[in-house]
Amino acid sequence: MPDTIKRAPVSQQPFKVEKPQDLNTIGGMISIEINEKKVSVPLGTTIYEACKENQIHIPTLCHHPDLCIAGVCRVCVVEVEGMRTLQASCSFPITASIKIKTTSELVRKARRNIIDLLLSEHHGECYACVKNKNCELQTLAQEYGVDKMRYGHISAPIHEVDNSSTSVIRDMNKCILCRRCVRTCIDLQEVGVLEAISRGDKTVIGTFYDKSLQDVICINCGQCINRCPTGALYSNDPSDEIWQAIDDPTKHVVIQTAPSPRAAIGEEFGQPPGKSFTPELNTALKRIGFDRVFDTNFTADLTIHEEGTELLHRLKKALVDKDESVKLPQFTSCSPGWIKFIEHFYPEYLDYLSTAKSPQQMFGAIIKTFYAQEEGIDPKDIVSVSLMPCSAKKFECNRPEMNSSGFKDVDYGLTTRELGKMIREAGINLPELPKTGFDEPFGEASGAGLIFGATGGVMEAALRTVYELVTGREVPFENLRIEVCRGFEGIKEASVKLENVLPDYSFLEGVEVKFMVAHGTANAKQVMELLKAGKLSDVHFIEIMACPGGCLGGGGQPIPTSEEIRKQRAKAIYAEEEGLPIRKSHENPHVKFIYEKFIPEGPCSELSHKLLHTHYTKRGRYII
Amino acid sequence: MLVYEKNSLSDEIEVLIEKFGKERSALLPILQIIEKRHNYISEFAQQEVARLLDIHPVEVYSVVSFYNFLHRYPQGKNIVRLCKTISCDMAGKREIEEALKRELGINFDETTRDKKWTLEYTSCLGMCDQGPAMLVNDKVYTKLDPETAVQIINDTK
Repeated sequence: MPDTIKRAPVSQQPFKVEKPQDLNTIGGMISIEINEKKVSVPLGTTIYEACKENQIHIPTLCHHPDLCIAGVCRVCVVEVEGMRTLQASCSFPITASIKIKTTSELVRKARRNIIDLLLSEHHGECYACVKNKNCELQTLAQEYGVDKMRYGHISAPIHEVDNSSTSVIRDMNKCILCRRCVRTCIDLQEVGVLEAISRGDKTVIGTFYDKSLQDVICINCGQCINRCPTGALYSNDPSDEIWQAIDDPTKHVVIQTAPSPRAAIGEEFGQPPGKSFTPELNTALKRIGFDRVFDTNFTADLTIHEEGTELLHRLKKALVDKDESVKLPQFTSCSPGWIKFIEHFYPEYLDYLSTAKSPQQMFGAIIKTFYAQEEGIDPKDIVSVSLMPCSAKKFECNRPEMNSSGFKDVDYGLTTRELGKMIREAGINLPELPKTGFDEPFGEASGAGLIFGATGGVMEAALRTVYELVTGREVPFENLRIEVCRGFEGIKEASVKLENVLPDYSFLEGVEVKFMVAHGTANAKQVMELLKAGKLSDVHFIEIMACPGGCLGGGGQPIPTSEEIRKQRAKAIYAEEEGLPIRKSHENPHVKFIYEKFIPEGPCSELSHKLLHTHYTKRGRYII
Repeated sequence: MLVYEKNSLSDEIEVLIEKFGKERSALLPILQIIEKRHNYISEFAQQEVARLLDIHPVEVYSVVSFYNFLHRYPQGKNIVRLCKTISCDMAGKREIEEALKRELGINFDETTRDKKWTLEYTSCLGMCDQGPAMLVNDKVYTKLDPETAVQIINDTK
């Protein structure tokens, strides 16, 4: 949670009391009464937190563990003895010995009234809503026994649905003005697409000049979707087109699955977070009717080859040729949300990005060229689908430059949630399925590719390969676990010293390779500001992921999300990785095979540039 | 908007930023001055203010849309704001309304073609004992009747 709300002036920030450092000091702990039960809590705890710790459930709509306090929805009201009105528990810090009632008649009636009022302006038919059965408003209406619409119910939609974007669809008829998306977009991601427009009963959540999402600076990260309590925000679902392709016997439908959805899809089927369902998912995809199921990790390995080689080329140019025009640090280019962010906000730094495509697009290009050639299928009959944790991938696969084979590299980007829906539609209960592996010729992928799903993963994978390429030895970390890359700190920084290098790389002898890892575009912005100030001249490689936690916290992942859930998903990914036989990208035999047979000149050659590399567009920050 | 207009607007906003600083609290005074000079705050002006204060354009737009005295679209040189609250309504707002509409040839929330006049409603002006009341630019007129209202418009021209 952000500590302070930067965008509100001090006078308008919610009343907040710092928790004391040492709880044993006098006044450090305060004894209060919740529902006539005496408990003791640290000074400055909010009533909501105190109740949560004492197993009392308080309903919330605007409160979210990733975001700052807003206190706008009012469903979390409780009775505080001696206070004239009910108090919003999420924004009430405890500073005195108070008596709280959370279930009195007054509270129950107030909550039901508030939910009634919210519903009176909420137009949506639950059974036709993507959030049906996973909607916080719907759940609360049920919990608090909303039986009739005592304030009426809006009978027709009043806002047009904005489906201009390839990734995020906004249906403001379902919006309850909780401002979670506003706080996500401004505080968490610092992109600033959404804000409350107008005032009073005319307030709507809108964009700059009420433009459609494709016309404003949206990076399509989909974090707002993950936090919306209703179905007002959802991703652009291509599943009908995919079903159509599956039903068409002339089409050869292939799917590639990324590591993060596999670690999270269980949540769509009622499983607790933190368990991977990779082999079960393969079976499910086959049963749905996909002709081939591939592993995106395979092209993640390819990405490491291309990006690692590019980095070595840049280092050589900078250190041996003393070329001033070489752009270092090199940024990773796997996250399409980050790519759009830098294109908009820092277009003058596009040369610092690696030109390598993201694993999704590399696979798309490989499938419609190499695979089509091997299998003797006309690329125009191949429908290439990708299962991604990401809504920005939908935008990425629609980029006009992504057509190396002459066709769209990837036809449809599917998110975890949408695949969950497809699997249910096919009448399959995922956790019960038997296990199967991935299809040839890209059967095996390394663990290095797998950990791309967590923040720091690309860096860890790259280090394993680059270090071994340069020195001939494994990275000097126990069991290949590069712990400095792991964990959820906003910006991580570390370095590895290269010693006793192989003769080919003698120019790197004694060089200390410095690298940084950042996740969430708010942190990316900080890194870019450091770069702008010239403070990153000694850093060589920076990994940036647009979403908090990396891909596993992506905008296409199951809802809800919180740091706890993201940690569980990361655990699942790292656990799965340790069990794999191959854990370094350069040891993947299939990647070696591809280079030998298809791209004989190796990484960063002319053919690889044609298929596996891309270029970027200077978009700029003006909304026209 | 033409390029030279954009450039001069950028220069103007940069001068204002120098005067008021780069704090978030500088936003309102800057917007008020732009509103006063141009009779509205254009899309480009909002983006320039956002860029120079290092906030997002939508935040500026949110502020502009919040306040009734800041406008997103071009307004007339003079703005007539008639009080719509209940005591002015009972004191004869309707007749003033008709007189103003007839005199200026426009409806409420509209601007004349020569961009001289805009007609708007406002909430209570605090002149409930002296209604009906209206605000012409910065000046309050009270105890109106249709003739004085028209006279005031003609005098302001």
